Amino acid sequence: MSGHPHSHSHSHPPVALRRPLWTPGVLVMLAFMAAAAVTLVVRFTGGIGAVSNLSNARPWGLWVAIDVATGVALAAGGFTTAALAHIWGRHRYETVVRPALLTAMLGYSFVVLGLLVDIGRSWAIWKPIFFQNHHSVLFEVAMCVLVYLHVLYIEFVPVVDEGLRDARPGHPLQKLVAAINRRLRPILWIFIVAGVVLSCMHQSSLGSLMLIAPTKVHPLWYTPLLPLLFLLSAIAAGFPMVIVEATLASSSLGTDDEMEVLTPLSRFTIVLLGLYLALKVGDLLWRGSWTSLLDGTTQSNAFLAEMGLGVVLPFLMLLRAKVRRSRRTLFIAALLIVGGVVLNRINVFIVAFTPPLSTTPYSPALGEILITCGFVAALMFCYRLAVTWLPVLAEKKEKTP
Amino acid sequence: MRRRSFLKMSLGGAIGAVALRPNSAAAWQSRAPADSYAALVDLTRCIGCRKCEQACQQEHDLPLPMKSFEDLTVLDNQRRPDAARFTVINRYHSGRVNPEGQLVADYVKVQCMHCQDPACASACITGALSKTAHGAVHYDVNKCIGCRYCMVACPFEIPAYEYHDPLTPRVMKCTFCEQRLREKQLPPACATICPTEAITFGKRSALLKLARRRLKEHPGRYIQQIYGENEVGGTSWLYLSAVPFSKLGFIPLPNKPLPKLTETLQHSLFSYLWSPALLFTLLSGLFFFNRRKQLQQPENSAGHAGGDV
Ligand code: SF4
Ligand code: SF4
Ligand code: SF4
Repeated sequence: MSGHPHSHSHSHPPVALRRPLWTPGVLVMLAFMAAAAVTLVVRFTGGIGAVSNLSNARPWGLWVAIDVATGVALAAGGFTTAALAHIWGRHRYETVVRPALLTAMLGYSFVVLGLLVDIGRSWAIWKPIFFQNHHSVLFEVAMCVLVYLHVLYIEFVPVVDEGLRDARPGHPLQKLVAAINRRLRPILWIFIVAGVVLSCMHQSSLGSLMLIAPTKVHPLWYTPLLPLLFLLSAIAAGFPMVIVEATLASSSLGTDDEMEVLTPLSRFTIVLLGLYLALKVGDLLWRGSWTSLLDGTTQSNAFLAEMGLGVVLPFLMLLRAKVRRSRRTLFIAALLIVGGVVLNRINVFIVAFTPPLSTTPYSPALGEILITCGFVAALMFCYRLAVTWLPVLAEKKEKTP
Repeated sequence: MRRRSFLKMSLGGAIGAVALRPNSAAAWQSRAPADSYAALVDLTRCIGCRKCEQACQQEHDLPLPMKSFEDLTVLDNQRRPDAARFTVINRYHSGRVNPEGQLVADYVKVQCMHCQDPACASACITGALSKTAHGAVHYDVNKCIGCRYCMVACPFEIPAYEYHDPLTPRVMKCTFCEQRLREKQLPPACATICPTEAITFGKRSALLKLARRRLKEHPGRYIQQIYGENEVGGTSWLYLSAVPFSKLGFIPLPNKPLPKLTETLQHSLFSYLWSPALLFTLLSGLFFFNRRKQLQQPENSAGHAGGDV
């Protein structure tokens, strides 16, 4: 940060972990990536139809729901932590900013890769830049994602600079990155603020996408509040996502568990999740759609699962200080929230999508699942590579207080 | 000092942005072309001969179907238009009886409705779909990226996709024979071929008049509704029927054009990017305010594990 470039380095600084790479976990990731690679060959020789169950009635499926919509939502930790630590000035949370930024950067990169697979004319992905339809919600989402992706790369420059300085001092590349970083430092705040603004724009607009199809989206989810609900749920899931990641990283890599940051972080989540819950319940009552809550259809069950397991339960859990202080229960609560957002995006884009004329059902084909799993594995692999070579995570502190 | 004035400036800017906010929320305007072409389908005249399907296939060089167009057994199943056929005829048994007391079938022609304010065109990320002055909703393959948002948006579930083309798939739907009209001044192939003149081509206003006249002159023959007159703000394909449309696979639709909500939302939030600019200003102000506080008291408690758990 421009004001205090090394404010985090006095406590326990992020370091390149330099752990051995080829662990069993990494090998599993590679296996998933290989399976996806084979499926991709089929996709780009036989067409989308060769690997998916997408149809004229169900043009969007798993890839849009998970690779794109969920990917964007779960990358929200990037802008929420940046807003908290850098803009709101809560510098104690500095340590979680870098891993969250890395996740966001990788998350958005894979959103774009997912889009390349899902759109029929992958090579034409640049066209919206020149052929702009300003009425289209999707156009706005695409432009925001495009710009934000670059903002994230720029925000990551200081990390790369720091890593290169340690690993390859004097190397021409290191000098170049260092020079860029020097120029960048005084204006980095612009990108941090812009990142938050862009995120608010497209996180909400992702929810507006389905508003154009009132007759196709189940009333439990169809509400003009969808953009607000998407924005709020993404923000609410931001810190839980950070908690899940930090806990997974510290378990598998033996890094610092960051509990003294994660526990207070979860208190923000109570407020955000509570707000989301209130809005969601208020919306059901206001539109009167709660009447279809107990009709036993797939849709009502999916809605109950989404709200019960993904919102109400973790909300009640987090209310208890004991839950917030225990690494295990905090992890479970955070995981439920993250799962709730995943389920919400799946519900809005797949389960709720019930076109009245065509009866063609949809469930993802093996090919779709393989590609999605492969992308998730590749994302985790890239994360692993990045924390191995770049200063993102903090080592365990010598003495625990 | 500088920081303080920056904060003031950003607050001032924010207030300004709110004051100047374009007041487009109430200003949504239909972009339906004035007096464009349309087609009126009188279902009471349709005999289900499938000649229109055949004419459409020939006009657009579409692949020949497995079963010939003379084979009426295909009517035993309900079909949808798809990437290889822009229009289909479906048969319905609504329980309608003719004057001789025999049960008679109703036939329904299905194709793109060429909506007046098409959801597909509003949704399309690149504007590859557009409503022409002539009335057709035109597809420009050169702009299409294949996102299929048009298919998500269309209330009639019309646009189909070439899912088995790996690199250059197209969105496929009825063209309203727009090229034929432009180049040869001819009505759509399906309208021309129809042996019973069930399909009438003409200006939308004239066809609405014609439809109303038929409803008035033969009240017993029709139910008193013109499907497409008001549905989703009106469509270029209009239908008359002897039995309620709900029995013939027509879904009830709001009279409000579907793009209205999303476009109003998008434009009231984002025209001139006023709300992003406002948020940017406020957050920048907050950023500098907090940094200043930070610089004034470098020994603040950042990084300490607070007791507030
Ligand atoms: S029927 Fe569907 S595809 Fe045709 S113009 Fe209307 S919205 Fe577009
Ligand atoms: S698939 Fe093509 S025509 Fe349809 S919305 Fe996307 S870009 Fe537009
Ligand atoms: S108007 Fe032309 S494209 Fe449309 S159904 Fe008739 S013949 Fe086919």
